[in-house]
Amino acid sequence: MLVKTADVVVIGGGIQGCAVAYNLAKMGCKDVVLLEKDTIASGSTGRCAAGIRAQWGTEMNCRLGIASIEIFENLSEELGADIGLHQGGYLMIAYKESEFEQLKKNVKLQNSLGIKSKVISAQEAKEICPLLNTEGAVGFTFHQRDGHADPLLTTFAYAEAASRLGVKIYDFTEVIGIDLEGDRIKGVRTNRGYISTRVVVNCAGPYAKRIGEFVGVDLPIYPERHEILVTEPIERVSHPMLMSFSGNFYIQQRPHGSFIMGYGPKEHEKTHAVNSTWMFLEEMARKFVKLLPALKELRVVRQWAGSYEMSPDAQPILGEVDEVEGFYVSAGFSGHGFMFGPITGKLMAELILTGETSIPIQMLNYRRFERHELIREPAVV
Amino acid sequence: MADEKDIVICRCEDVTLSKIRELIEKGYTTPDEIKRITRAGMGPCQGRTCRDLIIREIARITGKKIEEIPMTTFRPPIRPIKLGVLAESEDDE
Ligand SMILES: Cc1cc2nc3c(=O)[nH]c(=O)nc-3n(C[C@H](O)[C@H](O)[C@H](O)COP(=O)(O)OP(=O)(O)OC[C@H]3O[C@@H](n4cnc5c(N)ncnc54)[C@H](O)[C@@H]3O)c2cc1C
Ligand code: FES
Repeated sequence: MLVKTADVVVIGGGIQGCAVAYNLAKMGCKDVVLLEKDTIASGSTGRCAAGIRAQWGTEMNCRLGIASIEIFENLSEELGADIGLHQGGYLMIAYKESEFEQLKKNVKLQNSLGIKSKVISAQEAKEICPLLNTEGAVGFTFHQRDGHADPLLTTFAYAEAASRLGVKIYDFTEVIGIDLEGDRIKGVRTNRGYISTRVVVNCAGPYAKRIGEFVGVDLPIYPERHEILVTEPIERVSHPMLMSFSGNFYIQQRPHGSFIMGYGPKEHEKTHAVNSTWMFLEEMARKFVKLLPALKELRVVRQWAGSYEMSPDAQPILGEVDEVEGFYVSAGFSGHGFMFGPITGKLMAELILTGETSIPIQMLNYRRFERHELIREPAVV
Repeated sequence: MADEKDIVICRCEDVTLSKIRELIEKGYTTPDEIKRITRAGMGPCQGRTCRDLIIREIARITGKKIEEIPMTTFRPPIRPIKLGVLAESEDDE
């Protein structure tokens, strides 16, 4: 049976929803409910590559990225469960001069914000990843504190820690409507009953637009299908995430020994479909074998797809929605929402409970689209 | 009967019966959740060996019918394929 009332209802049991719910409870909010239509981490979060980085090209993303890494570094301890963190760094590879210029600019910006990334030589890149074929590459940057955490362990760790602090988590519970009283939130309708509440946090990932529609707010967030694959595990031979924007790939060996990899689709299909294609397998294999030729005998054991939750400027939509009192959004992360979860979960809880945030996020409010104040991030795959 | 700590349900990922029971009792009652936490079903055989055993165990502990338990989906490829072989297949296009 569902509870009848809550101080805050969080919609969505991905990294965002779980981190928001946990931080609300941690900050003392007693009566938090989290609703998930399927099971925890069944959405984009459970399908993602879970790379974590501070090597970004906008000040906002750099600030969020490094602040999140700081939380990740102590998160196993904080949540009382292993989250599978591995900081093998991100090794960025440029194949074009213009791209390298941009990466160098990014490093300058990052350094100015206390992020210790650096431009490195091909020789140094090979020291970091001895199997790397550097042919065709014109430059590299590296940041050691970037890396990877297990998205499932991390999300479950947040959910369990939240439960221990009193958050009520309901799975297989779908929000099907939101009732307003004038212009403020009155309650949430679900397939399993009604919950009265004054505050709703929309953490529905690629479905965030639908939740917005329930209160008559148009959130420009749409799903985009992205494929990914994983290989059999082998002994540890490569630590960094290998990433290139012009090469269009990310490839990383996980602590478990398997390699996980993907690239951005050319078609940019706007769909909730998560089917896999043979074309992806072949194209990905070509990129991989070119980059790490010594590993061509490695076998693919599984491929799948998930939704990026795209916003018009590939930046998250964070904060309150002023037209509807009590309605908050933490969504639209555009394919990098796992790594930001720890920090945005914290900032959203601060905003909801105190009205202020320790990192200013006003520029990420959804109103930016009306004001045409888009934030262009140059560093995305 | 052998101790449940020693009974390995997922041989690919080395997951024991006691671990699976512990999770079911904690409330993780779908094969997907158990897979996500333990990796049972993510090994080279992709759950072809362990999936049914896990579903049976969930049914037994929760008292649900096997048909009521949401299945995990089998994901391609059906058999592991070498990346080198895939990479060369552009020649036949
Ligand atoms: C292939 C791929 C690779 C990626 N790689 C990375 C990476 O390396 N690093 C990174 O940081 N990010 C990566 N991402 C992006 C990342 O997965 C997402 O940004 C992040 O998981 C978003 O988290 P979320 O909690 O907002 O959404 P989700 O995890 O999708 O959670 C939303 C939840 O809301 C639930 N829901 C929806 N509607 C309702 C409703 N009406 N009622 C109740 N519940 C509802 C859904 O079932 C879902 O569980 C990748 C994504 C993909 C697909
Ligand atoms: S036995 Fe479990 S994945 Fe093979």
